[in-house]
Amino acid sequence: MLYVAQFINALQLGSIYALIALGYSMVYGIIKLLNFAHGDVIMVGGYVAIFALAAGFHPVVAVILVILGCTALAIIMEKLAYTPLRTAPRISVLITAIGISLLLQNLAQLFFGARPQPIHIPFPTGSISIGAVSIAYPMIITIGVAVLSMVALNYIVQGTKLGKAMRAVSEDTQAAQLMGINVNSIITFTFAVGAALAGIGAILFFVRFPVVTPTVGAMLGLKAFIAAVLGGIGSIPGAMLGGFAIGFLEVIVNAVGLSRWTDGAVFLVLIIILLVRPAGLVGKPMIEKV
Amino acid sequence: MTPNDPRTALLPERDIHKTPVMECRALGIDFGGLTAVDDFNITVAPTEIAGLIGPNGAGKTTIFNLLTKVYKPTRGAMFLNGKNTKKMNTIKANQAGIARTFQNIRLFKEMTVLENVLVGLHNEMNYNLLSSVLRFPEYWRSERIAKGRALELLSIFNMQDDASMKAGALPYGSQRRLEIVRALATNPCILLLDEPAAGMNHSETDELMENIRKIRDMFQIAILLIEHDMNLVMGICEGIAVINYGKLIAKGTPKDIQNNPVVIEAYLGKELGNADSH
Amino acid sequence: MNRLGIKTPARYAINATLIIAFIYWGYVITQGGMLTRAQNNIIIQVGFFIILAVSLNLPAGYLGQLPLGHAGFMAVGAYIGALFWRSGILSGYGSVVGGLIAAGIVSAIFGIIIGVPALRLRGDYLAIITLGFGEMIRVLIMNLPSITGGAQGLQQIPRHSNFLVVYICVIVCCLVIHMIMKSRHGRAILAIRDNEIATESMGINTTYYKVMAFAVSAFFAGVAGALYAGTLGILVPSDFNFMMSINILMIVVLGGLGSMMGSIIGAIVLTSLPLFMQGLNQYRLIIYALLLILVMIFKPSGLMGTYDFSMGHVLEKVGGWTMRSKKEGGASDDSE
Repeated sequence: MLYVAQFINALQLGSIYALIALGYSMVYGIIKLLNFAHGDVIMVGGYVAIFALAAGFHPVVAVILVILGCTALAIIMEKLAYTPLRTAPRISVLITAIGISLLLQNLAQLFFGARPQPIHIPFPTGSISIGAVSIAYPMIITIGVAVLSMVALNYIVQGTKLGKAMRAVSEDTQAAQLMGINVNSIITFTFAVGAALAGIGAILFFVRFPVVTPTVGAMLGLKAFIAAVLGGIGSIPGAMLGGFAIGFLEVIVNAVGLSRWTDGAVFLVLIIILLVRPAGLVGKPMIEKV
Repeated sequence: MTPNDPRTALLPERDIHKTPVMECRALGIDFGGLTAVDDFNITVAPTEIAGLIGPNGAGKTTIFNLLTKVYKPTRGAMFLNGKNTKKMNTIKANQAGIARTFQNIRLFKEMTVLENVLVGLHNEMNYNLLSSVLRFPEYWRSERIAKGRALELLSIFNMQDDASMKAGALPYGSQRRLEIVRALATNPCILLLDEPAAGMNHSETDELMENIRKIRDMFQIAILLIEHDMNLVMGICEGIAVINYGKLIAKGTPKDIQNNPVVIEAYLGKELGNADSH
Repeated sequence: MNRLGIKTPARYAINATLIIAFIYWGYVITQGGMLTRAQNNIIIQVGFFIILAVSLNLPAGYLGQLPLGHAGFMAVGAYIGALFWRSGILSGYGSVVGGLIAAGIVSAIFGIIIGVPALRLRGDYLAIITLGFGEMIRVLIMNLPSITGGAQGLQQIPRHSNFLVVYICVIVCCLVIHMIMKSRHGRAILAIRDNEIATESMGINTTYYKVMAFAVSAFFAGVAGALYAGTLGILVPSDFNFMMSINILMIVVLGGLGSMMGSIIGAIVLTSLPLFMQGLNQYRLIIYALLLILVMIFKPSGLMGTYDFSMGHVLEKVGGWTMRSKKEGGASDDSE
C-alpha cells in the first residue's frame, strides 16, 4: 500500500520536474544555451500567483496570469539579453544567464523580501480511495495536467508547421535560415513555450510546496536541468523521462531515510550520467565538425 | 596492374626502395548508417608531394581527419613509417610524425604569430613545470633556442617581422602560411595541407607552390595536400589520388589523371562527360 | 629576444624590491593600529579574494572552461586547514605553513579527482558538473558532523591569518600562476582555449594541461580557504554555497577573463565596495548582476580586457626608456 502511495508521490514530483526540464531542453536544443534563469521564472510565477490571488482574481484567471507572466518574462529576457549574444562565445552567454538569474533573485528579494511567503492556490481538496490507498486530488490533477501539457507540446513540435521550423532550426540554424525560416522568431517562440510550461510547472509546484522565496527557483531549476541532461538534453521525450527519473530518485532516497542526502544523490546521478553516457538516456551523441 | 588500379603504389623513383612514410589500407568510416569513406588505399613516399582531389563533399577532409586520428576509422588500417597507428589518438599521431593544417583556419587567434609557432615547438622544449615556476637555467636556454627556431621557421614565408602580431589580425593568406609554419614546427615526417591555396590570388598561389617545394627540399618530408586549384595540384604533385563519394576512383601521375575519363566524369557529371566525348 | 629596454635581471630586481616594499608597508600599516578593525578585516578579505579570483582565472580565463564549483575547493581547504591547526601537530610558523600546504594539496587532489572526469566534457556540461561537485562537497561537510561540526560549524580555529601570512600567499599565488603562464605550459593552456583540436594536432596532451590547470587552481583555492578559516575562526558549510562560487566568478569576469591584473583589481574593488556603499547595500547584488550582463553584452573581455600589468613596463614608460613607442597588448609580451 505504502509503495503505491509513494509511487504516485514520485509521479507527481516527477511530472513537475519534467515540465520544467522541458524548458531547459528545448532552449538548449535550439540555441545550445543553458538558460540558468529558467528556474527563476518559476519563482516569479509564484509571486505573480500570490499577487493575483490577493487582488481577488478568480483562481483560473490567476493561473492564466501566472502562465502569461512567465511567458512574457522569458520573451523579455531573450530579447534583451540573449539576442545580442547570438554569436558570442558560449562562455559569455552562460555568464549572462547566471547574471540574469542573480538579477531576478535579487530584484525579488528587494521587492518582496527574503522572508518565505505562504501561497495558497485553491485546488480541489479531497481524495479518492482505491482499495486501501487514498490518492489526493492535487496529485491526480498534477499528473494529469503534466501529461496533457506534454501531449500538447508533442503535437506542437511534431504536428505543426511551427514545430517543424523549430526542429529545423535546432538541426541546422544556418540552413533553416536559408530555407526562409525566421530563426529569431522561432527562438523567441521556443523560449515562450518553455516558459509557459514552466508557468504550469510553477502552479503545480506551489500546490505541493506552498511557500515562495526569492531563491526557490534555484535548486528546483538545477534539478530540472539535471533531469534534462539525464534524459538527453535537446530531446523532448528525454526531458520527460529524466524528470520522472529524478522524481523517483528523490522519493526513494527520502523513503529509505536519507533525506539529508537527497540533493547529493541528484548531483551524483548527474555526475555518473555525464561520465557514462554524456548524451543522456535517449540523446544522440554529437560529432564535432573539424 | 594498370595505372588506374587504386591499389597501385605510385612512388617517385628516388623513394622506391624506402619504407613509405604513410600507408592506408582499406580505410573507411561510417557516421551513423552513412558510409563517408570506404576502402581508401594510398601510399605516400618519404619525400613525395602528393595530392588528394575530388568534388566538394567527396570526403577529402574526412580522410584528413582519419589520418590525424580526429576520427577513429570504422575499418582498415593506417601506417606511419611502417608502424600501425591503431592505438594512437590525435596527440600521439602528431608525435609519431603527422602534422596538418585546417580547411577552416584554426590558429590560436588571441596569441601572437611567434607564440603560435612556439606552441608547435612545445614538445621540442622539455623543461618541466617546476623549472618554469622557478625559472631554472634550462627554462631560459630552452626558450631561447625555441624562439630562434620559431623565427627561422617563420622566415621560410618571410613572416619573421610579423612575429609579435596577433595571429587573428593577420591577413587571410598569411594565416594559411602561419598554419603551415606551425605544423612544421612539430617536426613532422608528413605534412597534410587542407586547401592551402584557398582564398589566395594567382601570384600568391604561385609563391605558395614554390614554398611547398622548398619545404619538401629543406626538410626532406612528404606532403599530402587537398586542393581545388588544379594549376597547383598538377604543377607540384608527383602522385594524385582522386576520390568521389568517399571512394577512390583514380590514382596516378598528373598526366594520367588529366586524361582519365572516370575523373572527368566525376568532375563534370555524366552527361557533360559524355557530351564531351562525342 | 628582449625587445624592451630593461634587461630581464633588472626587471626581476625592480619587481622584487617593489613586492618587499609593499609587504613591509602593509605590515606597518596593519600592525601599527592606524586602521579600524573593519578596515583591517577588509584588507585581509581582499587578500584571499585575490587568491580566489586569480586561481579561478586560470581555468576560466586562460583555459576557457567555466568551473562553477570554486567554493567547493575553498571549502575543502578551509576545513583541512582548520582541522590541521586545531590538531596542533606543529607549532608556530611551521603550523601556519603546514596547514596552508596541507589545505592546498588536499584541495588539489580533489581538483584532480574532479577534473579528470569533468574535463572529458566541454563548456556548459563542465560548468554544471563542477557546480554539482561543489554542492556535493558542501552536502558532505554538512553530513559529517563528527569531523566537520556539521551545520553548526567548526569553531575555535586558531586565527593565523594576519596581513603577512595572507599577502605572502597572495604574492606566491600570483607569481606561480604568472610564471606558469609565461612558459611553454602556459602557452599550451592558452592554445587549448583558442582551439582545442588544433592544440591536439600539435601533439600537446590537452587532458594533462586541463587537469594541471584545474589542480593548480584548486590548490590555491584551498590555500585561500585555509586563510579564510584562519581569519574568521569559525566555519559553517553555508559559507561555501553556490553564491560564493558566483561571487568569485563575478570578480574574474568583471576584471576580465584572462587578465591577472583584472582579477586583482576586481577583487580589490568588489570586496571593498560594500565599505563605501553601505546605504546602497540592498542594491549591491542587483548592480553586480546588471554589471555582469552588461559587461557580457558590451565588453565581453571584461573591464580590464586581457591587459596585464608589469611594473617594469610602467617604469619604462615613465622613464622614457621604451625603444618602441607602441607595443602590442601586455599579455602577449614575451619577457617579464
